[in-house]
Amino acid sequence: MAELFVFFEQIYRILFLLIPVLVSVAMIVWLDRRVWAFVQKRRGPNVVGPFGLFQTLADALKYIFKEIIIPASSNKVIFILAPIVTMTLALIAWAVIPFSEKFVLADINVGILYLFAVSSLGVYGIIMGGWASNSKYPFLGAIRSAAQMVSYEVSIGVIIINVLLCVGSLNLSDIVLAQKDLWFVIPLFPMFIIFFISALAETNRPPFDLPEAEAELVAGYQTEYSGMMYAMFWLGEYANILLMCAMGSILFLGGWLSPIDLFPFNIIPAPIWLILKILFLFVLFALIKAIVPRYRYDQLMKLGWKIFLPFSLIYVVLTASFLMYFDLLPGN
Amino acid sequence: MIAHAIVFYIFSLIAIVSAIMVTVSKNTVNSVFFLILDFISISCLFIMIGAEFLGMIMLIVYVGAVAVLFLFVVMMLNVAQQKNEWFNSSGRSSHIPVGLLVSIIIFFELIIVIGGWKYKPDLLDSIAIEINTDLTNTQSLGSVIYTDYIHLFQLSGMVLLVAMIGAIVLTFRQRSGVKRQSYFKQISRDRKDGIELVNVENNKGVKIDA
Repeated sequence: MAELFVFFEQIYRILFLLIPVLVSVAMIVWLDRRVWAFVQKRRGPNVVGPFGLFQTLADALKYIFKEIIIPASSNKVIFILAPIVTMTLALIAWAVIPFSEKFVLADINVGILYLFAVSSLGVYGIIMGGWASNSKYPFLGAIRSAAQMVSYEVSIGVIIINVLLCVGSLNLSDIVLAQKDLWFVIPLFPMFIIFFISALAETNRPPFDLPEAEAELVAGYQTEYSGMMYAMFWLGEYANILLMCAMGSILFLGGWLSPIDLFPFNIIPAPIWLILKILFLFVLFALIKAIVPRYRYDQLMKLGWKIFLPFSLIYVVLTASFLMYFDLLPGN
Repeated sequence: MIAHAIVFYIFSLIAIVSAIMVTVSKNTVNSVFFLILDFISISCLFIMIGAEFLGMIMLIVYVGAVAVLFLFVVMMLNVAQQKNEWFNSSGRSSHIPVGLLVSIIIFFELIIVIGGWKYKPDLLDSIAIEINTDLTNTQSLGSVIYTDYIHLFQLSGMVLLVAMIGAIVLTFRQRSGVKRQSYFKQISRDRKDGIELVNVENNKGVKIDA
């Protein structure tokens, strides 16, 4: 009986996390479009609901009632599995995100590795979708994005090593608590910039949205998808973007910590701070979408392998030497 | 404890079935997907015995990088055509003896390993480094690899470096006639190099040397 109770409590906690995440994904799509419109001096979605807030819900409703078309020559199992994989991977990663010292679903030892692993699995949704469609444009998009995401993962991994050198633990709560005195964005500012750009590439956001470059590839790996399956790709993509923003704010912006531990700031509850930081990073994502033109493919690869990787490797050496010389290494 | 056992058997069942499906399934891409499923369930098993670092590294390295490249290559191959060539060639069963030999060797190796446990039950006591249960396995792995066996670690790093350079040398070829963008050239051009003002005489035109 007690075990059953624990089981239901876990389910309740999971739902308590997942439903807000899904709702905020819907809101974030609206925010993305509003910011985009603001930069281009348009109004953006402003009709459905107050300030157009329900626009995404209306869109989702439309997608639900549209017909799902499965191409006759596709590999049907993998074709249907692809959006499910994308969506699932985007959501399971939220299990380890700490919203405050106590409010975390799974406080595991290797939290940052788990996040990294799940975000590196994200490429499978795209490859599966692109290959199973059995059509030229999706396949080209899938191949492109596989190369792109694997390349930028390498530099994200090296950046994570930089942060871990300063923390001495793989646990996400420890990473946040290590920033109590100084957020890592200050000593590791170049790494924060590179992390941000790599996160853009990892989530296939402009200016690195080559997998779905509409001028060349129609819609890339999503070309053959319709109705709810397309919407799931879309939701998964935005959930991934939110996740990358959360990862950035935990690694560099001090997670749930308030900027100054003084009266007006520290009465605001911890999860609010994390959400504010995620929103800040997301607005940057949205601004970049509006103002930067798309990269060419060889420039993208050059940036990843020849600039970001060597630079972040050198920064690892620098960080390690600095910590060693001033005897600041954690754990001794 | 029962839940633990149930989950263990589910994951090992998935691992074994998908390992069989890798060799059985006709479509090469499906084989790779089963291989990925196998990797994932093995890493779940790693996590279940408390080796969470190994499990995560397995996910990141094998599933996140190696299998992606694998899939990449398999998708690019024209599998159907290759299969036809394979089956129509005269020495049809030429690959079977080699495969059989390799699998027999692996089988005997497995028997030796498992038999070792049977004949020497205190095998766990004879390992070189003590297991320190106070540390997390990330810490103990780190101290074993980077402190106790640092020279072996660096030696294997050198082997990998040689392999990497070898792979680059083998696949590198300079193709002529490929137009590449050189940022340095682009930026260091000035007006003198790019523009020439010519006075054109009437009815004569100019000759331009490209």
